[in-house]
This record gives sequence, structure tokens and C-alpha cells, in this order.
Amino acid sequence: MIPFIRHTGKAAAFIRENIDTDLIIPKQFLTTILRSGLGRHLFHDLRYREDGSEDPAFVLNREPGRSATLLLGGANFGCGSSREHAPWALMDFGFRAVLAPSFADIFRTNAFKNGLLPAVVEPEALEALAAAPGAITVDLEALTLAQDGRTYPFACEPWGRSALLEGLDEIEATLRRLPAIEAFEARRRTESAWL
Amino acid sequence: MKTLYDKLWESHVVEELGDGTALLYIDRHLVHEVTSPQAFEGLRMAGRAVRRPGAALAVADHNVPTRQRASGIAGIQDPTSRLQVETLEANMAACPIPYIPLLDPRQGIVHIIGPEQGFTLPGSTVVCGDSHTSTHGAFGALAFGIGTSEVEHVLATQTLVQKRARNFRIRVDGALPRGTGAKDLILRIIGDIGMAGGTGFALEFAGEAVRGLGMEGRMTLCNMAIEAGARTGLVAPDATTFAYLAGRPMAPSGALWEEALRAWRALPSDPGAAFDREHRVDVSRLEPQVTWGTSPEQVAAITDRAPRPEEAATEEKGRRAESALAYMGIRPGQALQELAVDVVFIGSCTNGRLSDLREAAQVLRGRRAAPGVQVLVVPGSGLVKAQAEAEGLDRVFREAGCEWREPGCSMCLAMNDDRLLPGQRCASTSNRNFEGRQGRLGRTHLVSPAMAAAAAVRGRLADVREFL
Repeated sequence: MIPFIRHTGKAAAFIRENIDTDLIIPKQFLTTILRSGLGRHLFHDLRYREDGSEDPAFVLNREPGRSATLLLGGANFGCGSSREHAPWALMDFGFRAVLAPSFADIFRTNAFKNGLLPAVVEPEALEALAAAPGAITVDLEALTLAQDGRTYPFACEPWGRSALLEGLDEIEATLRRLPAIEAFEARRRTESAWL
Repeated sequence: MKTLYDKLWESHVVEELGDGTALLYIDRHLVHEVTSPQAFEGLRMAGRAVRRPGAALAVADHNVPTRQRASGIAGIQDPTSRLQVETLEANMAACPIPYIPLLDPRQGIVHIIGPEQGFTLPGSTVVCGDSHTSTHGAFGALAFGIGTSEVEHVLATQTLVQKRARNFRIRVDGALPRGTGAKDLILRIIGDIGMAGGTGFALEFAGEAVRGLGMEGRMTLCNMAIEAGARTGLVAPDATTFAYLAGRPMAPSGALWEEALRAWRALPSDPGAAFDREHRVDVSRLEPQVTWGTSPEQVAAITDRAPRPEEAATEEKGRRAESALAYMGIRPGQALQELAVDVVFIGSCTNGRLSDLREAAQVLRGRRAAPGVQVLVVPGSGLVKAQAEAEGLDRVFREAGCEWREPGCSMCLAMNDDRLLPGQRCASTSNRNFEGRQGRLGRTHLVSPAMAAAAAVRGRLADVREFL
């Protein structure tokens, strides 16, 4: 996983509560066996009209949304289906972080695993960030967002934060604990043999 | 004094990792075609093996056709869908993970076949790359949905790094009135606590009304815990649980069964165990529920009217109601029973089990679906289908003008060709009424199987109590 330490980029504001993963990436794109290539389907039903043309009213179809690397979203971002295609699509589009007042649990975990930062930001700060035109610098070490000389704090789960800062390969890290897993399995074989 | 969740968590900790997280051992892993291909690809790229293939069970369900199954995978029309199911089959053969092929009589939705096969057991941890894995919590198992990276992590290590959830008990008092069931109850609970009300919590459903539910009703309840934001729903195992499991193909037997029973009986929350949050519901006056909006929390009694956004409790709620009503094509204050339906969907991991089909058939027996209404009945598994046919339910459905299909997820998420056309209104026994969930611009009303059947007959959303 690519580490996330500090990032500066433009923001796209789509602040609406309960942005679910069906909306982020509709089911017809889940038949893929790849992780890549989902960016062009991100927010498909909002981004494209019935005839397949872009809807110019949608934030990702105009600047700065088109070249944004930060997405400002509403509370309970990423609720619903566990599809990891949601963070894959966001990252494939170019997003490195989602800034929102709260996240659904499964989406947040999926984001961390892919190097996409789910940053928890107070609604007032989010509104201020959306209203100002400047690029935003996200500093995961300092847990701050800086824009046009103003600074706002954000929160991030400690375990996810360290994984992002290190660019941790979690499977590799767990495999280093194999003796503990084997000991657990040996104990379970006698204590709960039916499992 | 511990809760059921505490006991499940603590008995699976391999190692504490700090920051409120632990390495948790995973006993059971359900695998399906949509969320697993990238995980197997990841293992191959890293040269890693599947650590315990026997702890997994795989089946294709999300993406499979519910018609013209005879030619199996080769009969899947969409080439990318076909490739995905073929990829699952190839990955399973290489591991090898126990796999139920498309044409096997046991094929069905992961969350239906896990319990049906006795794969899901009390006191175990169950994961699957699907958010409705919470279903298995009905057995007193710690069950939760995961993403594909976590699927890969479980395959490689048989563990997951997890953050401990907080305890939330939902006490349900009273007896469910005629015409209501587990689906109405869970919709009401989500309406009460909101779709993020359970975020960060494990929800334990307790109380007299929950004890009174059979296993299938308990599964419906836990299935939709995720629609309240909770990855995990739980019901304490009891005599009902054990009676359901006894004799299932993958459940323990003989001396091992007795040993397991002793352990399972110690699982329920201790009297006086502390919960971080508690919510009480009295169901004695519960009415059949129906969602009117685009989130499961936007729910009302069938005798109600759609809300008026300006009367909402908060400005944000009013804005959301306004946009939901516009999407749904409903006027503020409109009586819900005025809404004409185009499609009725009976099935899914929420309501695709035998008792659900019996409930729908009871309403449809001797009646006919209203002209112009398409009714899809999709059993949750091949075994459910066979049992239903043995009871003659398929005949009841066919005589009522319904389509009797092959098992799969079908129109719950509309990944196959069972989907709504723009503007079509559907009474659905599934779990999500999100915008576009059942097809672009489709309009979904979540209801119980009995209510779906009533809507089919009336051609509008209807109060099932008038049909009983």
C-alpha cells in the first residue's frame, strides 16, 4: 500500500448525508475481476445521463471536481454494501482522501486498506473548506487540514492512521504473528473441536 | 459479567494489538463471486496460500441468472458476469475450498446456505465479503461483513485485525400483532434509531418478542442490523437455535454435539451485564411497515401518509425527505396505500427462506396478482425451492400469476438481469431502498413477504391485515 503522510490537492464538494456505496459505484460495475478501471464509473448514475453523456451539473464533471484529489462528503459516508469497489473507484478517479463528518464502519476499513484516508471533519469546518477556493493540505502526522492560511483539525482512527503513515502490508504484518495463530488453533482444536 | 458479544470477542482474540484493536481468529468464511476474485489475485501476486481452505464455503449467488439455468455457467449471457463466476470456480478448484456449483441442488444465497448447511454455528466467528453477513448473528455467532482486502487477509491468515465494538441492546417487549413479523420489527427499529444509529456497535436483539421468533425471523432481524449501521447483529442461542441446527450436514453430531451444546449454553449475556446503549421497543401495537423514502430509516406504518418535509424534526431531515419523495414520485402527505406498484419482489437474504415463502403464499392462495403487476418469487436456495415445491407453494405462486425463479440474490441488488426500469415502483422484501439499488431510477418500498403479496394482489401498497 502506498503510504499517506501529507497531501495537497483540490477538493470536490458533494456534501450530502448517507452517500451509500451503491451510489459511489453501482452494481453493474461489480462484475469485474480487477481492482483498476473503476474510476470512470464512479458516481455513475449522477455523473452520466440516460444517453451516456456527462451531466454538466454534477460536481465531478466540472473544475475543480474533475481534477480534485480530495472529496468532501456528508455524514455516514460509505454506508450500505461492503463493496471495496467503492474505495477502488474513488482512488482510480484520483481521490486520496474523503473528508466527512462520519463514516460507515466497513467503508472506513476498506478505505484504510487501500491507502485512501477517511478524515473525520467537523461539519462547520467542512462547510468552510467547501466555500473557499484554495487547495487543501492534509497532514496525517499533525492531523490538520490547511487551506488559504487557515487550519482545521481532523480525526482518524489510530490503527488506521499508523497503517497509512507506514504504508503497511497488513497481511505481511499478520503473518509475522504466525506462532500466535498456530498456538490459538492448537488450543481451539482441543477446547472447541466442533469448529 | 459479560455480554454475548464480549464472550464472542474474547474467545477469539489471538493477540491484542493496542489502539482498541486485536487480531481476531476467524472460524468460518463464506466466499462468493463478486468480492473474492481480487483477493485471490492478490494471494497469487504475493505467492501466498490459503491457510485453511476447509474453514471456507463458496457459492455463486449475486450475479447468477434466475431463469434458464439448465446450461449452468455457460448459459450466463453477460460475458463479464460469466467470467466472474468462472473465476470463482477456478479459484475454488485451485485451493481447494469446498464449493457448491451453480447446478448443485444446495446452491443459493450465501446467507441462506450457511445456516441451512449447519456451517454457521453459535460461538463461532463468521465473515463474508458482504455486508449482510450480520444475518448469521441470529445463531449467537460473531458475524460481520468485510471488504475484499479483508477477504484476502482471512484467506492468508485465518484472522482479521478488528476494532472491538461497543454493546447495544435492543429489548423488544410484547407480542407481534397479527399481520406483522420480524421484517416489520426491524424496519421499525431502524426507523427509531436511524441508519447510523448502530455505527460502532454490536446490536443484541433481546426480549420476549425476539425469543418468540423462529430462526428464520431472527435471521431477518440480524440481516438488517447493517441498515442501522451495525456490522453485527446478535440473538442469544437457545432451544430454538439448537433444534434448528440438530442434524444439519455441517453441524457437529454425537459426542461433539453434546460438548458443543454445553459451550453454547454459556454464551447468552450474563444477567446484569452492562450495555453501552439500550433501546426498548414495545411491539404490541406494531403495524405493518413500509418504507416511503430512499433510506431504510424512512419508514412508516402502512396506514400512514408520506411525511410533509416542512414538518420534519430537523431541517436536514426535511431536506432529505424532500429529495427522497421527489425521487420516489410521492406527494408530501400522500396516503401510502394510494401508490400503485409495477413490480413485486419476494426473495433475498432478508426474506428468501421457507417461512417467508409460506407467509407470502398464505396471502396469494386463491387470489391473483393485479393485472400488469410483475411478481418475482425467488427462493433463497435450491433447498428452499425444493421444500417449497414439496409443499405446493410454487403452484400457489404460479396460479396467482407470479414467476417462480431459480435461487440467487436477483432483484435485491439487480446485478443480474432482474432489475427495475426507470420509474418503476416495487414492493420488495429485500433490505435496501437506496436510489438506483434495484435498477436506475427504480423506486423501492421495503416490506415483509406478506405485505409484498398483498401489494401484488391489490396492485398498490396494501395493508395485509385486510387479507388475513
